[in-house]
Amino acid sequence: MLDKLLMNYELAFAVILFGVGLCTLLFHRNMIKKIIGLNIMDTGLYLLLASMGYVEGAKAPIIEDLTNIGEVADYINPVPSALVLTGIVVSVSVTAISLSLAVRLFKKYHSLDLDEIYAIARRQEKEVF
Amino acid sequence: MKNSAFAGFLRWLDGDPEILLGAEEMTEQPDVPRDSQKQRIHHLEHVLKDHPLPVPRAFSRRNVRIFYAVVSVVCCLVIISCLLLAVSDLPRFGVEHAEVEEVTEKYVLDGLEETGAVNIVSGIILDYRAFDTLGESFVLFCALNCVLILLRTDSREEEHDISYYSLSGDDVLRKSIMFTLPLVLVFGVYVLLNGHLSPGGGFSGGAVMGGGLILLSTGYGGEVTGRFITERRFKTVCFIALSFYCLSKSYVFFTGANGLETGISLGTPGAILSSGLILPLNIAVGMVVTCTMYGIYRMFKKGSF
Repeated sequence: MLDKLLMNYELAFAVILFGVGLCTLLFHRNMIKKIIGLNIMDTGLYLLLASMGYVEGAKAPIIEDLTNIGEVADYINPVPSALVLTGIVVSVSVTAISLSLAVRLFKKYHSLDLDEIYAIARRQEKEVF
Repeated sequence: MKNSAFAGFLRWLDGDPEILLGAEEMTEQPDVPRDSQKQRIHHLEHVLKDHPLPVPRAFSRRNVRIFYAVVSVVCCLVIISCLLLAVSDLPRFGVEHAEVEEVTEKYVLDGLEETGAVNIVSGIILDYRAFDTLGESFVLFCALNCVLILLRTDSREEEHDISYYSLSGDDVLRKSIMFTLPLVLVFGVYVLLNGHLSPGGGFSGGAVMGGGLILLSTGYGGEVTGRFITERRFKTVCFIALSFYCLSKSYVFFTGANGLETGISLGTPGAILSSGLILPLNIAVGMVVTCTMYGIYRMFKKGSF
């Protein structure tokens, strides 16, 4: 398995990047760092998708010679590129929404640390009831 | 029992349309000014430090933290090793695959003839998969609306106190914006309009143009951009772009599904006015993306336009 991974190190790197993002998401208690982790995960995913479509020595899927298109193998696979575009747009939207939720949380609790927020929220709940 | 979901369900069965009415006990929140609320939270934190909440020993905060840490390490390790295992079985990077997928073959070989777009990726996202791109634009628009709802500040509330890192009024920034802003905007328009001929398109061109607007409002303050981007104009542009996309693509889908002629000429491939609807759709998407980028920035920066 390891020699296969070393041969395929570009894709393995993308997966490790995904893992770094996942660890950031799970291990940090700060909301902003969690959002950064989510973005790193996205980046790893795009790297994996885009490199799956790459063909060594092939051109970008833009036809230069209009009379002679050539073969499919002359171009890299255009489908992953189109899918990555969708992913980028969605991740921008998710980042914007989660950041604005973090801003609202900070306005209410004056903290971005999840533990502190939980503690204050629990305390406030007890006070109300 | 009075408040349970089951009781509400029973009342709904009896024909009561508003099952939550009467069940929810609204407690009136005291309208405390912000300062005293801040003080209260500080007080709470102080109290919490001295007298921690009584919790059963097994679920003490330290135990929960240790449990959480262990579970997350295990989760990360399992997920990463599963993914690495999967990657080791994938075809090698950069090597041409033995059998080319049918879809790719269709897109590459027939794309120019069917969509008229020289850039095949553009042909895919705005012609073959145009419905998907419409969804993307709506996702962006929804995100913008969510940010508007979450971060909007009323004019009577005080604005965010961010003046200490505000860059507006910085002379170096202003002079450099004077040189770079026209280039940035023209490059954005170029990328936007050449989406079907070269790398680029609505999303990238719109992002560049939105970046230019953000630059302007950073250096010169929101009043300068606010002069030509009012909230009303902003909404009108988004609405017109999205509904144009929606209606024109509906028309094409309707005629295409019924085998009718669309009446939209594809033009000569390679010319700027070619490839049917792709150019107008690129412009529509670019408008939405520009507005979204700038709107999200303004919301985070000031809380209003």
